[in-house]
Formats: sequence, C-alpha cells, structure tokens
Amino acid sequence: MEQPLKDLLSNDVLAYVIMAFIPLLWIVPYALFAVWLERKVSAHMQDRLGPMRVGGWHGWAQTIADILKLVQKEDIVPSAADKKLHFLSPWVVFIGSYAAFAAIPFSSAYVGSNINLGLFYVIAVSTLVVVGILMAGWSSNNKWSLFGAMRSAAQIVSYEIPTALALLAVVMIAGTLNLQEINQQQTGWFWHWYIFKKFPFVFVAFIIYFVASLAETNRTPFDLPEAESELVAGYHTEYSGMKFALFFLAEYANMFAVSAIGATLFLGGWNSPFGDFLGGPIWGVFWFLSKGMFFVVVQMWLRWTLPRLRVDQLMYVSWKVLTPWAFVCILGVGFWMMM
Amino acid sequence: MSPQEISEKLQSQFGAAILEAKIEGIIQPYIKVASVNVNDLALFLRDDADMQFDYLMCLSGIDYGKNVLGVVYHLSSMTKRHKITVKTDVPVEKAEVPSVADVWPTANWHEREAYDMYGIVFTGHPDLRRMLLPDDYPGHPLRKDFKVPEFYQGMKVPY
Amino acid sequence: MSDLLTAPVKTSTGRSLRSEEMIINMGPQHPSTHGVLRLELVVDGEIVVDVIPHIGYLHRCFEKHSEHMTNYQQVIPYCDRMDYVAAMNMEMGYVVAVEKLLGIQVPERVEYIRVIMNELQRIASHLIAAGTYGLDVGAFTPFLYMFRDRERILDLFETTCGARLLYNYIWVGGLSHDLPPGFIDKAKAFCNYFRPKIKEYNDLLTFNEIFIKRTANVGVLPADVAIAYGCSGPMLRGSGVDWDLRRDDPYSIYDRFSWEVQIGKGEVGTAGDCWDRYMVRIREMEQSLNIIEQALAQIPEGDIASAIPRRIRPNAGEVYVRTESARGELGFYVVSDGSATPYRVKARSPSFVNLSVLPEICRGSMIADVVAITGSTDIVLGEVDR
Repeated sequence: MEQPLKDLLSNDVLAYVIMAFIPLLWIVPYALFAVWLERKVSAHMQDRLGPMRVGGWHGWAQTIADILKLVQKEDIVPSAADKKLHFLSPWVVFIGSYAAFAAIPFSSAYVGSNINLGLFYVIAVSTLVVVGILMAGWSSNNKWSLFGAMRSAAQIVSYEIPTALALLAVVMIAGTLNLQEINQQQTGWFWHWYIFKKFPFVFVAFIIYFVASLAETNRTPFDLPEAESELVAGYHTEYSGMKFALFFLAEYANMFAVSAIGATLFLGGWNSPFGDFLGGPIWGVFWFLSKGMFFVVVQMWLRWTLPRLRVDQLMYVSWKVLTPWAFVCILGVGFWMMM
Repeated sequence: MSPQEISEKLQSQFGAAILEAKIEGIIQPYIKVASVNVNDLALFLRDDADMQFDYLMCLSGIDYGKNVLGVVYHLSSMTKRHKITVKTDVPVEKAEVPSVADVWPTANWHEREAYDMYGIVFTGHPDLRRMLLPDDYPGHPLRKDFKVPEFYQGMKVPY
Repeated sequence: MSDLLTAPVKTSTGRSLRSEEMIINMGPQHPSTHGVLRLELVVDGEIVVDVIPHIGYLHRCFEKHSEHMTNYQQVIPYCDRMDYVAAMNMEMGYVVAVEKLLGIQVPERVEYIRVIMNELQRIASHLIAAGTYGLDVGAFTPFLYMFRDRERILDLFETTCGARLLYNYIWVGGLSHDLPPGFIDKAKAFCNYFRPKIKEYNDLLTFNEIFIKRTANVGVLPADVAIAYGCSGPMLRGSGVDWDLRRDDPYSIYDRFSWEVQIGKGEVGTAGDCWDRYMVRIREMEQSLNIIEQALAQIPEGDIASAIPRRIRPNAGEVYVRTESARGELGFYVVSDGSATPYRVKARSPSFVNLSVLPEICRGSMIADVVAITGSTDIVLGEVDR
C-alpha cells in the first residue's frame, strides 16, 4: 500500500502522513465500539441490559454521547498539581499505545511501517506508557494517584519480562522480528499457525503471553493501578474531561494492540484459517480484526468474572510463575530446533 | 450463678464499696458500686473463677439529673451464661470514673462515646478523644441541661 | 513554611511518624469504606503500620432524638434509619426491649410474622454484605446477582407493609399490618427459588481461587481477641466461637425452631480470617431459610393488633435487651422514668463494636488487605454513628 500511495500522491511525506493516520481511523471507532461492547458484555453477564436508550437500537450511541459530554466538560486541574506534567501525561500514554500500531500488519497489503525490528519496536515503544502513567501519578499531587502510578510502573516493568520471553519463543522459530514476515510464514491452513508448532511449548508461551498482556494493559485480575475499591481510580483520579477520555482511549487501544500482537505471532495474523479460502488482503483485514477483537472480548469476559489480585501476589505471578515457565518454553523450543 | 450469689460474693469481696444490690422486684438486677472501685471490681468480675464475665455487652453513660451522672456496665459471661448490671454514680463537678478499657478492650470506644456525650472523664483511658462529634464541639449534648447552641464556629445553626 | 517542613508529622492519636512513613486518608469519601467511614492509615509503602478509624460523619443523634419524642412508638422509624439495610432487625431489637419494659406478651401470630420478617431481612442483609465484599476484592458480577435476589425479598416486604427499605412495621405489641393474602405462598416460592442460588454464589465467588487468595489468612481475628473486643454476630462466629443469641439467649420464639449455628473453621486458611467471616454469612442464609420454612409451616391464625397498647407508659425502670441482628448483638438499654417518653435510650450497635477491633487486625497487612478486612466486618455506617 505504501508504494501505490507514493505514486498516487507523488509526495512521499504526504503518503507517510496518510499511512500514519490509518490506524487512528480504526482505533477511534473501535474504542467507541469497545466501550459500548464492554458495557453490554458486562450487563448481559450480570443479568441486566446495560445502555438501551441512546440512539435507539440497544443504546448504540451511548459512548458517542459520552464522548460529547467529556469534550464539553470543564478540565479540572488540581491547584497543587505540576501543571506541565499533568497536561502532558495523557498524551504520552496515548502516544505510547498508538505508536505500537505503526508496526502491526493489518493485512498483507498494509502495515504502517514495515521495519525489520517490528516486534522489538512494538515492545519498546509500548513501554512509553509507563512514563506517562508515572507522570500522571506524580503530577496529580495526590497520594492515591501516586500509589496507582507506582504500582503500575512496578507491574508493567515486571510483566514486560514474561511477555518478551514468551514472544521470543516464536521469534526463535520464525527467525525474524519483522511482523509482516512472521505472518507470511504462517500462511496456509490453521495448523500452520505458530500456536500449534512445537506443541506444547509455543502453546504454553501463548498462555503466558496472554496472561502477562492482561497485566500490561492493567486489566482485571491485574487492574491494581486503577483498583476502584482500593485506590479510587489510581493514576487518573485527578483527571477529567478530555484528558480522562485520552487515558480511556489509550487503555482500549492498548487492549487491542496486545491482542493484535498475540494474534499476529500465534494465530496467523491476517491469514485465513482455511488456507486460501477467504484469503487475500481485503479478507486479511477481516481476519486480523476478528482475531484481535476475539481477544478483546476474552479480556472483557475475564474482567467481569474474576476478582483482583493483591500487589504481592501480582509480583509472585510474574516472577515466580510466568517468568520461569517462559524460560522453560524457550529452552524447549530451542532444544527441539537443535534436534 | 444467680444474681443473688453474685452480689453476695461481691459484697464479701469488696464490702463497703458495694453501695447497693437490687435483685428483687426489678426487671434486671443491678449492683451499684462506688466509682473509685470500678476498675478493681471489673478485674475481679473478669478473672474470678466463679464470675468469668468475659464479655462487656454495653457501657452507657446516663444523666440522672440533679447534677449526677452515671455509668452503667452490662456484663455477660459466655462460659458461665450469666449476666449482671453494674452501675456507678459520679457528681457532675468531678465526673471521673476509672477506665475499664484495660479489662475489656471493647470499653475503649464505649468510654470515648460516654465522654463525648456526657463529659465523663475515664481516668487511665489510653486515648480519650471525642468519638462521634467534632473535636471542637461545645458541650456534651446528652446531658439533660444541654442547650443546642445557636452558633457553631461562628456559623448560625439553621433550625 | 520551614516549620511545616521540619515539624514532626503526627497522627491524630499523637504518634510521631518515622521518615519513611506516610499518612493517607481512606475516606470519608472512598468507594470501599461502605459509607462515610474515615480510616487514617499510617503506611510504609504498601504495608499498613497503623489504622485509626474516625467515625461520626453520619451521626444523626438517635439517642438525643429518642429522649425528645412524644412517645415510645415514635422511636421505631429512627431505629430503621440506624441500620438501613437490616431495618427489621433494628425494629425488633427496640420493640422487644420496650415490650419487656412494659411486660406485655404478644400474640403467637405476631411472633411468627416477626421471625419470618427478621430472617428474610437477615438474608437480604447478608446478600448485601457478601455482594459488596465481592466488590471490595474486585469481583463485580456476583454483587449484581445478589442484588437481583435481594430484590425479591424487598418485594415481599413491599407487599406486606408498602416500604422497601425502612419499614416501621414491627410495633410495640404487634405489627402495622397483617400478612397480605398469598404472602405465605410467595415466601415459600422464594425459599425454593433461593436455595439453589446459594450454590451459584459459591461457584461464582466463594471458591474462586483468586478470591480465596485474597481473603484466606487475611485479617485473622483470634477467638479471645474477638471476645475481649466484644465482637458479635458473623464476626465472632467467623473466629470459631459458637455463640448466637437466637439460640444462647433466646428472645421471641427462636427456641421453637431447629437450625444450626454456623462457625468459621478455617477451611481454606486460619480460623477467623476474612474468608471465614464471609462464609459464615453465606451459610447463615441457608439456616435462615430453614427457620423461615419452619415458621411458614407453623404460623397460626390470629389477631395481630390485640396486644398493641393504647398508650405506652411503662413504670419507672430500665432494661437492657440484646437481639441478634444481621451484624451481631444489637442491644437496647431503655430507661423509663414513668413518663410517656423514654428517659434514656442507648443503642449498642454491633457494627460500632465490631469496627473497634479493626486496628488490631489490620496492623502489618497491606492496603488492599485493609479494604478486604473492612469489607469482611460488614459495617453499616448508619449504625456505627447512629
């Protein structure tokens, strides 16, 4: 898609700008939809209906109305806050999660930037979120926010390790960090997907990745940074209006980003499960998005089912369960490949 | 033990400190004790093998009028399954009663509440602060002579 | 300014902080303090060094009001408003005390209806306790399941007396209304409906691995400490003390029914931990169903208003009566000077006393545990502050 655009516009810079904005065209409607979906999923799990009025059919316009409300809301900044950091942090958080989309292949024809170190880049740039969260917690000048931010930093940094290790198991098989190439290697029927390779090591690696990614996106049962019943709202307690909406948007973007990476590395990304049937670039987008959305829904499902861990138990899961098992997977894959 | 036996044993133990023991002709029998002996009596009631009053059900302050305040202790024993009421009186001018918070820790908050509402000072209490009312509230509102103040901290009370 | 920076920071009990300690205020506006409780936490990182509860934000002068009513009956609506999630139990406590002061015997039918209402209320209250407890540890869904079932109990109350939350139903000597037609069938249908639901809660929440991890061995309250601090109700039974006023100091007609007192045994952790307290409530709901079913089968016909006194003017005297409310020992100390208004009403509310043990069992735990422990004490701030 990159080359035709350049030819069409005969201007490289404009082509790159357009390329860069394409994921946003997905993220914003997706976030609106996902927030609505989360409400409906939770409502139906809890024996109620959720939003039913706005827009007519099952309250489909509820989140749009919410966004309109948030845009109009007064932006309240605590008088003792560090104004600059307070202003900057939602943007840092959002940029961190948005930048990750640059290297994620949406289809065989579209990837924002087809770089060789794609996976490495995604892992690295999504860590930027921690900086934004720490900034938010510190600048709010609120002890609860600070607690949330410190928990969040500790949590995300800890869970980076099992995440990266689990992904490394796939990278060892693929022999590349380029996400588009990893996708192409999985072309064919669904048993070509990496999740079924070197069974059960990669399968276990996938489970580890999924659990760790829940923690990285601060979703239940690892939602301690914003644990409502303990920390009120964690690092974004002192945010209102559009800044709050940005945190929200970033959270949902992040949810999809980790799901997309999981789908790309383990479940064949944009590949159709049925070989060439319903294949091609256009259907590729469909398969990619539905695989991603599937994991988003699983994340919601877990959120409305499980209670929350305590902070020491959270660290225990990361360092004493997930990390050793991720090493076992890497070793297993490594030995298998040497044999 | 029946209330009769309890009062007899207490009278033999504490003698003149037991001011009154009313057992008959009343719904719930009580024993009235001199205020200075409250703590000793409480310790005896809790630790004596025949008494074993391990559970302080309730501790209430009360204003009897005529410048007399009182404290009422409702005790029960989980092991012996008996109950008794202990009362004591103090004059308003010197409203001091020894604390029993070291005997039954539950008395801690009850005594703070009685201090809050009646101004009874419990000597030896570990943390005698107001319980329910603000720290700067004037007076002790459950006393019978309490007048609702028209102003609180310079603000007019709107009723 | 320099004074502010160098002066030692002190807690409200006058303890100076070490330099690595910090005070944070949990409440009075906080999602998991169950109302307007304020906990002054002294924390060292995530570890809680000390907890100082501050109460009184919901103080509505119950005792002062009671002395200024024109008669004894008028106090009952105020009792409702003390523990607003178990209002029937509160009315019962006060009414039993006044009836004892008056020395009146109420008709059989009234006693049965009171027991049925009290046990239904106990289930409703335990549903809130267990549901919000799930909320405290982060499980949102069981909360709404429990509210769904509580709604059926409130519907039963509504058909009986028109109110869903604050009933003014149990009167001195009788009741405000007799049971409506069809109530007994509806109540039986509720019992049949509700019994399997308890298993559903257990599957959803009680035996969830994470829930057990969060609650087992947390906030362990040993039996001797519980007794010394005057804890009562599920809090005391959770510590393994076999003590229930309905059985051990019977009032009304509780001695006629067969049921079992549930105590915490430390199945998944230590006896007296948060899980035990929670579990006692879940199991008590089942026992309450047993009582309700027996009472529904035995309830006699009769007039509910025959013993209601025309005017309530007890002889000078005093009485302390304790009843088992959903939260524990609810005591009313009522003093009469022979006039038509109470001379003194002291409410010994179970939540107030249960809360006082909180600092004892919170020290050394983590902030998240404080939330779990506070939730497991099941306080209602209306009753703590009165």
